[in-house]
Amino acid sequence: MSLLVLFYIMSAVTLGTAFMTIISKNTIHSAIYLVICFFSIAIHYLMFNAQFLAIVHIIVYSGAIMVLFLFTIMLMNLNKEDEPHKPFLTKLAATISFCLLAFVLVAAFIKAQPEISEYDNFGEDFQSIKVLGKVLLNEYMVPFEFASVLLLVSMIGAVLLSKKEKTV
Amino acid sequence: MQNILQEIGIENYIFLSALLFCVGVFGVLFRRNTIIMFMSIEIMLNAVNLLFVAFSTYHQDAQGQVFVFFSMAVAAAEVAVGLAILVSIFRNLSSIDIDNLKNLKG
Amino acid sequence: METSLILVLLLAPFLGFLFNVFFGKAVGKSVSGIVGTLSVVVSFAVTLYFFLQVNQTGKPISVSLFDWISFRDFNVNFGILLDQLSLLWLLFVTGIGSLIHLYSIGYMHDDENMHKFFAYLNLFIFFMVTLVTGSNLLVMFIGWEGVGLCSYLLIGFWYKNTEYNNAAKKAFIMNRIGDLGFLIGIFIIASLYTTLDYGQLKELIVGGTNGGNTYWIGAACLALFIGACGKSAQIPLYTWLPDAMAGPTPVSALIHAATMVTAGIFMITRMNFLFDLAPQIQNIIAIVGAVTALVAATIGLVQNDIKKVLAYSTVSQLGLMFLALGLGAYEIAVFHVITHAFFKACLFLGSGSVIHALHGEQDMRKMGGLKKVMKITFVTFLISSLAISGIPPFSGFFSKDEILMTAFHSNIALWGIASLASIMTAFYMFRLLYLTFFKNFRGTEEQKHHLHESPGLITFPLIVLAILATVGGAISLPGNSWLNGYLEPVFTKVSHEAHHFGNTEYMLMGIAVIGGLIGIGIAYMKYIKQSQVPGEDSEITGFSKVLYNKYYVDEVYDFLFVKPLNALSRFFRDTIEPALSSLVYGFGRTANYIGTSGKTLQNGSIGFYLFGFVLGVAAILTYLFLAQ
Repeated sequence: MSLLVLFYIMSAVTLGTAFMTIISKNTIHSAIYLVICFFSIAIHYLMFNAQFLAIVHIIVYSGAIMVLFLFTIMLMNLNKEDEPHKPFLTKLAATISFCLLAFVLVAAFIKAQPEISEYDNFGEDFQSIKVLGKVLLNEYMVPFEFASVLLLVSMIGAVLLSKKEKTV
Repeated sequence: MQNILQEIGIENYIFLSALLFCVGVFGVLFRRNTIIMFMSIEIMLNAVNLLFVAFSTYHQDAQGQVFVFFSMAVAAAEVAVGLAILVSIFRNLSSIDIDNLKNLKG
Repeated sequence: METSLILVLLLAPFLGFLFNVFFGKAVGKSVSGIVGTLSVVVSFAVTLYFFLQVNQTGKPISVSLFDWISFRDFNVNFGILLDQLSLLWLLFVTGIGSLIHLYSIGYMHDDENMHKFFAYLNLFIFFMVTLVTGSNLLVMFIGWEGVGLCSYLLIGFWYKNTEYNNAAKKAFIMNRIGDLGFLIGIFIIASLYTTLDYGQLKELIVGGTNGGNTYWIGAACLALFIGACGKSAQIPLYTWLPDAMAGPTPVSALIHAATMVTAGIFMITRMNFLFDLAPQIQNIIAIVGAVTALVAATIGLVQNDIKKVLAYSTVSQLGLMFLALGLGAYEIAVFHVITHAFFKACLFLGSGSVIHALHGEQDMRKMGGLKKVMKITFVTFLISSLAISGIPPFSGFFSKDEILMTAFHSNIALWGIASLASIMTAFYMFRLLYLTFFKNFRGTEEQKHHLHESPGLITFPLIVLAILATVGGAISLPGNSWLNGYLEPVFTKVSHEAHHFGNTEYMLMGIAVIGGLIGIGIAYMKYIKQSQVPGEDSEITGFSKVLYNKYYVDEVYDFLFVKPLNALSRFFRDTIEPALSSLVYGFGRTANYIGTSGKTLQNGSIGFYLFGFVLGVAAILTYLFLAQ
């Protein structure tokens, strides 16, 4: 029971902070809200007993990606910028698409009416870091290596793209 | 270890994930600031990751979590490159308003 | 050996054509003229060789050059048949052709496009040889079309004049109308007998197959006759021949007197076994021939252009030949073709000599008194006029007389019409002679000073042809006809028994000669004794005016056919063509419109694109999950 309550609280936090990210006028505030959102998702992961994943999530997202975001925001000096108003048509389009997509996704799920009777509980360990490591490096060896290549490439790309052109 | 889904049920997670995704979409379309648009994309990615983990628990299989790994790796790479592009745009246009980037019109 | 000689016969003129086309301008006028003439002389020499051979052995030479069409049991090969008929025709085609080439070297000397002229003349000889020597109807048709083409090219030789071009077009189109008939005839024959080869057709028809198909045979004969009408200028397809006088005089002499216009007669003679099976069609041929002879003669009575008189005279004489064909007397028609070729070519070349001396003047009212200055031309012209009027012992007498005798024995009315036409022929030919050569010169002083006899290149052919016109009758004397004997293997029926010469025949001969003399006499009275000269165009009234305007036939044709066709063309141009083209254009405009309106989707704003994304995803999801 308590888990359900916890779940609802955490979902509320997730959705709320995500919403605040978008609504907030100050860019730094948006970033902070997003960090809180990521933390709440990490707690969701913990509830699943996916400990490793939760930690990795915090490290990668809150620790690396958001820091990158904050650096860029500060680089561009965007704290107190005032955005010109978007035309009303755009706001309408955004709202419409939000509602539409939500409706479609939820309706699709409801229509599917999956029969969920019994949840398996084998009791064996399927997600501890030991098992995860085994699966990762046995079946998913090739994507693993490719992921490293991907990161290398993106690093090089990022460096190249943001190089200042040499003034003649 | 108890399957948490026995208490919460998978539908809730599906709804949560769908709603979070839609919030992300809303954010992409609603704001003109490119940084906020990127953040909304991250929200969308995270929604999907959450769903993957939920289903990994549902199937009692580790493969869902492995996919989340890769998704995170890709998200990191994408953020790096995207922000680099953003910085270049900022250098050229001194603004990150997305409505200024209309030159590829037909 | 024979095949190669036949190829020489066939291709020598064609090589002359190619030479003059490619090198004629470069080598100069004399060389191009000589090459052109030599190529025809070579053909004539080969023809002579084969003629002597076939005359001696009596067996025709048949060679197949290559297989052309063959499917199922219908075979057409490109074959050459040199039998008595085709060799005879070839003799005078290449012979008179060589003379006219020689004449043209002198006549066309001042023209800058002389090499082109010789090229076309050589091409014409090539096609005419193909026509005559083909062993089946299809090869003949190649030659048929080819001579029509060359006629067009040569009539419109001085292409800078629009009227000459119109005359050339008229000739070609009328020929084509006849060709449609010819083609239909070929189709019918092909479907009836599945072969177009003369030898096989002769065997099949004489052998008596398809006895019950008289209706279709009659239709085929009629269609072939229509083709012959177009080519040989019979009613109703004759109006192109007088207009064809727009071409240079050697062309008129060669094509429109001696060779091309006889192609129709050649074709009917070739297919005599077929025509013998359709007596009603033969009647039609005879009637059309006789009426044409009379009508053309009446028109010729009042014409003032020297070449037009000769043109109508040609139409009239061709009518007489068709009369003979219609009566089944094929060898008499062939005889008249040969004698007519001699004296008509001589007449045309003589008129060319006169026109050349007067630097292009063709109106007889401005001539006169030329016999003192142009003696050779006058003498040859006189001889040919006597021949065409049917005065013995010139060749025309014998041939025309045979036709009249045969007509008398079948149908007195036809004899009457033909005799009347002959009397008129004598009259207008001598009218021409008197107005041109006698009395005093009526032209300008300037022309009078330059009058002189034409050079040797021009007078030599005249002399040769006049001699032939004099003695040409010898090949078929009454009672002792070498020609009839020579041509006997070609015909299936003994068309008429040799006339046994009784009183009727002598009386008819006498009547014919007296008729000719009457015609000459009336002309003498009018133009020598009374010194009449035809008046200006505006002074001609009454029935003469109708005759002068050729019975207004051209105007009738214009009203009935040309104007409606032009109106139809205008309708298509103004109504249908814009509709169709705007339909096609409309496709383009629609595509353009779609593109332009689609272009607005690409406005470059990312927010819009993302919105499109979302809509698309929603749509796909709806389709996949909610619509099933």
